[in-house]
Amino acid sequence: MAVVAQRPHALRDIPLHYCPGCTHGISHRLVAEVLDELGIEGETIGISPVGCSYNNYDYFNCDMVQAAHGRAPAVATGVKRSLPDSVVFTYQGDGDLAAIGTAEIVHAAARGENITVVFINNTIYGMTSGQMAPTTLISQVTTTSPYGRNAKDHGNPIRICEMLATLQGPAYIERVSLHDIKHIRQAKKALTKAFRLQREKRGFTLVEMLSTCPTNWGLDPVESMNRVKNEVIPYYPLGVFVDCEKEG
Amino acid sequence: MGEKLLMKGNEVIAEAALRAGCRHYFGYPITPQTEIAHYMARRMPQVGGVFMQAESEVAAINMVYGAAAAGKRVMTSSSSPGISLKQEGISYAVGARLPAVVVNIMRAGPGLGGIQPAQGDYFQAVKGGGHGDYKLITLAPSSVQELYEMTVEAFNLADKYRGVVMILGDGMLGQMMEVVQFRDEEPISEPAKPWAATGTGMKREHNTITSIHLDPSVLEHWNDERQNQYRVIEEMEQRFELYNTDGADVILVAYGSVARIARNVIKAAEREGIRLGLLRPITLWPFPTHAFEHVMPQAKAFLVLEMSAGQMLEDVRLTVEGRRPVFFHGRMGGMIPTVKDIMREVHEIIGTREE
Repeated sequence: MAVVAQRPHALRDIPLHYCPGCTHGISHRLVAEVLDELGIEGETIGISPVGCSYNNYDYFNCDMVQAAHGRAPAVATGVKRSLPDSVVFTYQGDGDLAAIGTAEIVHAAARGENITVVFINNTIYGMTSGQMAPTTLISQVTTTSPYGRNAKDHGNPIRICEMLATLQGPAYIERVSLHDIKHIRQAKKALTKAFRLQREKRGFTLVEMLSTCPTNWGLDPVESMNRVKNEVIPYYPLGVFVDCEKEG
Repeated sequence: MGEKLLMKGNEVIAEAALRAGCRHYFGYPITPQTEIAHYMARRMPQVGGVFMQAESEVAAINMVYGAAAAGKRVMTSSSSPGISLKQEGISYAVGARLPAVVVNIMRAGPGLGGIQPAQGDYFQAVKGGGHGDYKLITLAPSSVQELYEMTVEAFNLADKYRGVVMILGDGMLGQMMEVVQFRDEEPISEPAKPWAATGTGMKREHNTITSIHLDPSVLEHWNDERQNQYRVIEEMEQRFELYNTDGADVILVAYGSVARIARNVIKAAEREGIRLGLLRPITLWPFPTHAFEHVMPQAKAFLVLEMSAGQMLEDVRLTVEGRRPVFFHGRMGGMIPTVKDIMREVHEIIGTREE
């Protein structure tokens, strides 16, 4: 009998703690599949963030280092500069990466730090129960923007890929979405390329994944996927922002 | 015998770290310790090491966290305001049980303060500094020679106890030039680090470096283990110097560069026929309580000297426990205590006791 589906080796056999309909499960699996397929699990060190996925060190089978809120790119820098032949990735949410960790992500990107960043953008703080994130859309209701985000009081949502794409350091930056099968396949391609480029020591790579948070959005899983498609993607357009293989 | 060189304190710290096997340094410029970074920037590429100027002290300490997690001997250095910024990372490193060396060449505060020498970060260094219950072994060198020897020792202690060790100096020590006698070979003791995140190589279970334990009973147990370890350190690692204490009525208590001034006070007092002694803590944590028991039988009073409002003073009082009077003389803002001012205090103390 042929095996048609199985758990990736890089993903440990432990039930995930995420809410029903949350896409962390998908993005975890994609990372694990890429580690398997590129055969790099044994040389990989992952950096866990602060946020809902703080304990993904329990889920991945590679060595893992848990970082302070927003500091994952600095921790990853310390690991990578110590072990230049290893594969190092950070897994960060939008509060972690785009608010408290803005300095760290910008400078890691500017240095062309040879790491891969998996950036989960669900337009909200999940773990602390639904506060406004730097990525929260205008008019989106959160526990700290209960009347809806407005630009005058709260500023505008930050497009991280576009911002980092202005730098010279990044080798590859792509924004993908996890709202349907077709887009999940594209996300896998983007992740595979990012890790491959890191192994080739091409520089900083980042894949932003538009993700869901049904619990804090107050939507069911299907409605959440539809929100990504109909409301989130129009503000955060999908696509490749930097690709070192297509330049010069 | 190794080389004998005239060197600046800050540069000796950097050289000592290299000799101790440190090949990873992450820092951010701040006066009066920046020569450490300059030295590392120059030497690290020559020895195949990593020097990185981070985007902030916050990033630098987290890079230290990463390199320590990867099992490397690693150091950062800064001065008071920068050390405040590193406190988050220091707490995390302790929480994740990562060995690292942090150098604080103190300047005057609070706030941006000034750039002249001070000892106002004593509490921050020895009482924790960041959040949570933890201690840093804190070494207080008093000469350029000691900056060398204690920097090497700091790496050994960090590895021995899997914790962060702080070297607490001040701008006077960092900026002064003195002769330093290097050893031919350093007494390096670096245990294996099977816990490090270096990649499993598909040959072992994965390693996890983390400081989070959401189960209160687990976290309390973790803390109990640290506290038990701290009791061992308090017993085993106290370091101090007693100078001229035999037959001395008044014992001066001073560390770091102020201890050098205290020696001059002892000489000045001798010329007046007054015998003073010096109790010099070398480890600020663990505080050298044993030293006080040595001198307690004969000491009639203690005079604590600091470049602060009186921080170590509290530990002296806790140790003396009211058995003897404890006096204090301190300067702040980057001002340095003078022999003359201290002698005035000595006269007052002796006068008081004669009444």
